[in-house]
Amino acid sequence: MAQPSTQNRPPFWRNQKYLNLIWQLLFLGVIIGVIYYLATNAIAGLSRAGLGLSFNFLSSRASFPIGESVISFAASDTFSKALIVGFLNTLKVSIVGIILTTIVGVVVGVSRLSSNWLLRTISTWYIEIFRNTPVLVQIFFWYFAVMLAMPRIQEANANYGFIISNRGFVFPWFDTNSSFYFWLGLLLLAVIAAFFVFKWKNKQQLEKGVKLYPSVWFIGVVVAAIGAGYLIFGEFPASLSIPEHTGTGTSGGYRFSPEFAAILFALVMYTATYIAEIVRGGILAVPKGQIEAAEALGLSSSKILRFVTFPQAIRTIIPPVTSQYLGLAKNSSLAVAVGYPDLFSVGSTTLNQTGRAIEVITIMLLAYLTISVVTSLIMNIYNKYTALVER
Amino acid sequence: MDLEKLQTIENKPSAPMPAEVRLGQAAWLKKNLFFSWFSSILTIVLLAGAVLLLKNVLGWTFFTARWEVISANFKLFMVGQYPLEQLWRVWVSLLLISLFIGITYGARRGISNIMFFTITAVYVVAMALPFISGSSRIWLVGAILCIAAGFGIGSVVPFLKKYAGFAWILCFVLVLFFIQGFGILPEVRTNTWGGLMLTMMLATIAIVFSFPVGVLFALGRASKLPIIRVISVIYIEIIRGVPLITILFMAQIMVPLFLPGGVTVDNVMRAMVGLIIFNSAYIAENVRGGLQAVPGSQVEASHALGLNTLKTTVFIVLPQALRVTIPSMVGQSISILKDTTLVATVGLLDVLGIGRTVISNPEFLGTQKEVFVFVALLFWIICFTMSVTSRKLERSLSVGHN
Repeated sequence: MAQPSTQNRPPFWRNQKYLNLIWQLLFLGVIIGVIYYLATNAIAGLSRAGLGLSFNFLSSRASFPIGESVISFAASDTFSKALIVGFLNTLKVSIVGIILTTIVGVVVGVSRLSSNWLLRTISTWYIEIFRNTPVLVQIFFWYFAVMLAMPRIQEANANYGFIISNRGFVFPWFDTNSSFYFWLGLLLLAVIAAFFVFKWKNKQQLEKGVKLYPSVWFIGVVVAAIGAGYLIFGEFPASLSIPEHTGTGTSGGYRFSPEFAAILFALVMYTATYIAEIVRGGILAVPKGQIEAAEALGLSSSKILRFVTFPQAIRTIIPPVTSQYLGLAKNSSLAVAVGYPDLFSVGSTTLNQTGRAIEVITIMLLAYLTISVVTSLIMNIYNKYTALVER
Repeated sequence: MDLEKLQTIENKPSAPMPAEVRLGQAAWLKKNLFFSWFSSILTIVLLAGAVLLLKNVLGWTFFTARWEVISANFKLFMVGQYPLEQLWRVWVSLLLISLFIGITYGARRGISNIMFFTITAVYVVAMALPFISGSSRIWLVGAILCIAAGFGIGSVVPFLKKYAGFAWILCFVLVLFFIQGFGILPEVRTNTWGGLMLTMMLATIAIVFSFPVGVLFALGRASKLPIIRVISVIYIEIIRGVPLITILFMAQIMVPLFLPGGVTVDNVMRAMVGLIIFNSAYIAENVRGGLQAVPGSQVEASHALGLNTLKTTVFIVLPQALRVTIPSMVGQSISILKDTTLVATVGLLDVLGIGRTVISNPEFLGTQKEVFVFVALLFWIICFTMSVTSRKLERSLSVGHN
């Protein structure tokens, strides 16, 4: 009599391994089916409209002007150049915005923990007001109710070189001189040299136990280089250009157009509230014992902040701040609402002119994804750099 | 010798703890505003700035601002172009919602009190507005009565305590029925929906429908099956990497493109699809955080009990994961509510869209400030209420955890 096999293998539809495979294939099949269905519809629709899928339109004439651009642009340029101009405008808002929002956010975040009651209260109210209203409403407010309600350029007056009118926001800025790039190279070399001198003096200080003022040396080297540069080139790398009122316009300085100013202020004021809360949380997350220990060592309160609190807080701060930066870059697409020619705005104009919906949207999505990926890459590298070294 | 010293210190009778110090006014000022020269300067500068700002803001609010732009367009701001003769349906929906808020508060108390009192306060303030018509006042009285009746029902009938959550689903369906008609009541086309009503509808639908989708994607992302995981990751990362406005725009242009010829979907529906696609990716990430907080031993224990994967997920993992994510869900709801304003850029007339049409009306030239301040205030009240709720919720949930 044969013993019934104790290793009775389950049939394959009961075997977890096969089941997993079957489920996945089924899922994949459904997804592919849906995409196939949508794609055939789209292709049929496009061919009805007489449009094939092609990126040839990129090299044809854009024939629309762009209000402001980082590089020169004329209506006779191609669509691809128009899209690049839009992309650069998006980058401009994002980068300036990220820098300003970090400054405002950190200041407000630290203010929230200030021992001064008034400062604390004001920053709390600032946060409550600005984070609980939609950013688009804020953009509209800055644009329609603030920028466009400014005095006309003819009636605007200049205060310390700042001219504020409904044509924008003009402030003193630098004009680069002919020797700018030589200066840049020289300064770079000087900083590198100064850094090595700093390290060398620091090492000597540690070895000899005498105060040798390494940071003074650092500054000294840079100042010497600047003096030498002035002797060589006979001019500074850039000269201050103070805007002047010319009756119907301004000359000199740097101008933020009303659109740019509105989108920038709104994004900065809005995102800074989030960053402030993150900074506050990060500082609060530093164990109290660390600060007490630093106090016991006799460090001054500014040194405690610089050497003990911040280096530890920054670890908890960076990941959420990264997503705020990404949010700011993505929100810059709202610029279209006030007519600032960013990537999205130029993209939708292109779409309207060419009717190439799928192609233009693909380009826009890829561009935004690139910004997101690059930002998070940079922040991840920085994060790794500041992360706790564990042994 | 040192030891002796220490011992003498130890043996000293310890001074009695100081009674809680109540600061006098002068002492409070010194401690909080003028404790150092730097702080004093700061206080004076800030005080000057704050007084100047407040003076300007209050002066503008009470003397300069032309609030008649709001009163003249109040109906537009609230319900957009919704036909006047069908307006009772919106009111009935409001009564229903009030009733359910009352029931929730009556049955549950706790966190829902903030919502309950805020809504009641809004009704009372709305009644006090001078430009509200007589019939609206009657409806508002009805709403207050409903909220009170709901409170009564909720506190008397104990079994509602458990089912208040399900009651909201019923409420949601009923409200949709009244607003849209479902072919039983005369149809009100979605292109007449507008104002605050449209904003709230978009937000609610985005929140309600993207929740299950988001949970599915979160489970997909946490799944051990590579194909499902990769597809979920791609979806979540792509959607989170692009701005909402491009997704809304895509929905406007692509939805008709991808549908077979002849099938049309109206603008509001397209915007809803866009919002759901967008929001579900973010919800998926929130839920993922919750899923990661569930210890793996829970899954193992449940498998050991003989539950299969589906049952483990539904009965063991999700209840624990979702509980952890409630606060971040409220945060996500606030942000999607704020994000619904973006539909104004694709031509829908939500509160902000209405605001833009109002300021372009030559009759109300130069009233941008009033209009946008009013719109901002509406959102502020709602979002602030929600964020206070979320903070309380977080506190009440964390009590049980530690």
